[in-house]
Amino acid sequence: MGEFLINNTGDAVPVMAYQLVSLIMFFAGIYGFFTRKNLMMMLIAVELILNAADINFAVFNRYLYPGQMDGMFFALFTIAIAACETAVAIAIIINVYRNFGNADVDNLKKMKG
Amino acid sequence: MSYFTIFSTMRSEVSLLTIILFLLVYDLIAGKKGESYFQPVAILLFTLHTIFNLFPAEAGEAFGGMVQYHPVMTIIKTILNVGTLIIFLQSKYIFDGNRMKHQRGEYYFLTLSTLLGMYLMISSGHFLLFFIGLEMASIPLGTLVAFNKKSKMSAEAGAKFILLSAFSSGILLFGISYLYGVTGSLYFSDVSVLLSNNPLQIMAFLFFLSGLFFKVSFVPFHLWTADVYEGAPTNVTSYLSVVSKSSAAFVLMILLFKLFGNYLYEWQTLLFWIIIVTITVGNLFALRQQNVKRFLAFSSISQAGYIALGIISGSTLGMTTVIYYIFVYLFSNLAAFGVITAIESRTRKINISDYKGLYHTNPKLSFVMMLAMFSLAGIAPFAGFMSKFFIFSAAAQQGYYLLVIIAVVNTIVSLYYYLMVVKAMFIDQNDHPVPALRTDAWNRASLVICTAAIIFVGLLGFLLDVIEKQSFGM
Repeated sequence: MGEFLINNTGDAVPVMAYQLVSLIMFFAGIYGFFTRKNLMMMLIAVELILNAADINFAVFNRYLYPGQMDGMFFALFTIAIAACETAVAIAIIINVYRNFGNADVDNLKKMKG
Repeated sequence: MSYFTIFSTMRSEVSLLTIILFLLVYDLIAGKKGESYFQPVAILLFTLHTIFNLFPAEAGEAFGGMVQYHPVMTIIKTILNVGTLIIFLQSKYIFDGNRMKHQRGEYYFLTLSTLLGMYLMISSGHFLLFFIGLEMASIPLGTLVAFNKKSKMSAEAGAKFILLSAFSSGILLFGISYLYGVTGSLYFSDVSVLLSNNPLQIMAFLFFLSGLFFKVSFVPFHLWTADVYEGAPTNVTSYLSVVSKSSAAFVLMILLFKLFGNYLYEWQTLLFWIIIVTITVGNLFALRQQNVKRFLAFSSISQAGYIALGIISGSTLGMTTVIYYIFVYLFSNLAAFGVITAIESRTRKINISDYKGLYHTNPKLSFVMMLAMFSLAGIAPFAGFMSKFFIFSAAAQQGYYLLVIIAVVNTIVSLYYYLMVVKAMFIDQNDHPVPALRTDAWNRASLVICTAAIIFVGLLGFLLDVIEKQSFGM
């Protein structure tokens, strides 16, 4: 754990600060996913989680392993995949909207038990 | 690296990609006349692909270790191929309503895309390829679940599936980011050596596993299963419950053996409790279901628990029995789904009470359904009994006696609800039973294949030897 506190590159912002941001985003995403009533808002909450992971990749690469670019590439690929996921999810949400008249989760209770 | 190594280590991916591109072009140029040939063309091409990839190649790697091929992966991919092929045979009636007719090409294209994602996931040696494979296997599946655009149930199931799978893959990705942070590499071969008992690493490991557990639908992560299975078109449900689930189980097994060997104690403890909860909760909820698809959803949750019973042993025997178990489970489950498709496509009836008196009108269909239920429950002469027996012996060999006893008790509970279906078909009286019906030739062929497999696979002992020769343990 200790290595997170050490500022290897001499920049003004320590790794821990970035970690704090990404953790807050991650848990805000989880909180939003559980509490929001609109499907679009739930999708945005999921995006927060994915972006929190992207921040982690970029920061770990920049501060801890500046030699290679693994983390940066992973973050780039993740952004592209997240875009695909969002496109499909929005298409399905539009389909829900057409069938039910709005995009609230309260509609989605036809199947139970 | 010469380009020829790609054709030995990635042969199945290359040939599947060829088929996908061919079907895409065919969909473009087919026009009105070619549309009705989509199913035969897809089945023919896919059969060729299955035969072409039947025999394992030498173990090797490509793209600097991004792809790691092991001969056992050919067996695993062949099992997935057989499952997909049988589902293609059954899927004539997915286009029943005229509204879905022009979507024919998309169905085969999307299904094969998810299969390609599963292939990549299985033979990946790098987290990036693994993640791309995982997303490729789940995003098109979301569109397949919401395939029936006019149905409210299908839309609801699609929304539930895509949001929950995005959420779970987000958590998995967060786990990967910490694994990268603490080890500095994304290659499986590097990460597996560098893992230690650091609390941050164990947290990352758990985040990572929860994403996979969602795909296999182990119990704390199972809540999407029943709703999505009920709402999706029946052929997509069978794809979810057989191919998607078993590919996730294979990936889980390979990763736990290859990547998380240092956490043997941790994941065995974790799986121990998850198996108990999964088998029990799956069984208890299956008892009170009226809808056949929902009933098979909970039955497949408890079957996932039995699959994990083979994984927990961590031995070569464990891997052999898991592969064998899934091979048998595939035929039993697809036989049941073939009967459900036949009845649903003609009468729109999907409740267990609708099956009352089926024997008097459709003796052959009820016979196949009975064999499927017996095999799923594990009754003696059929293949399901042998596979359950092997899985129990693999777990008992590693000293998990308590776990085996709980699983056996649960098998008896499961016997009750599987036999309820048989009782409804053969004994219960019904004034308005399902009328005598004749399903299409492809579906009849699939039912014949499944029936033959249920009866004979248990007797073919050499299958187990073939699998065991290629399996590896911890």
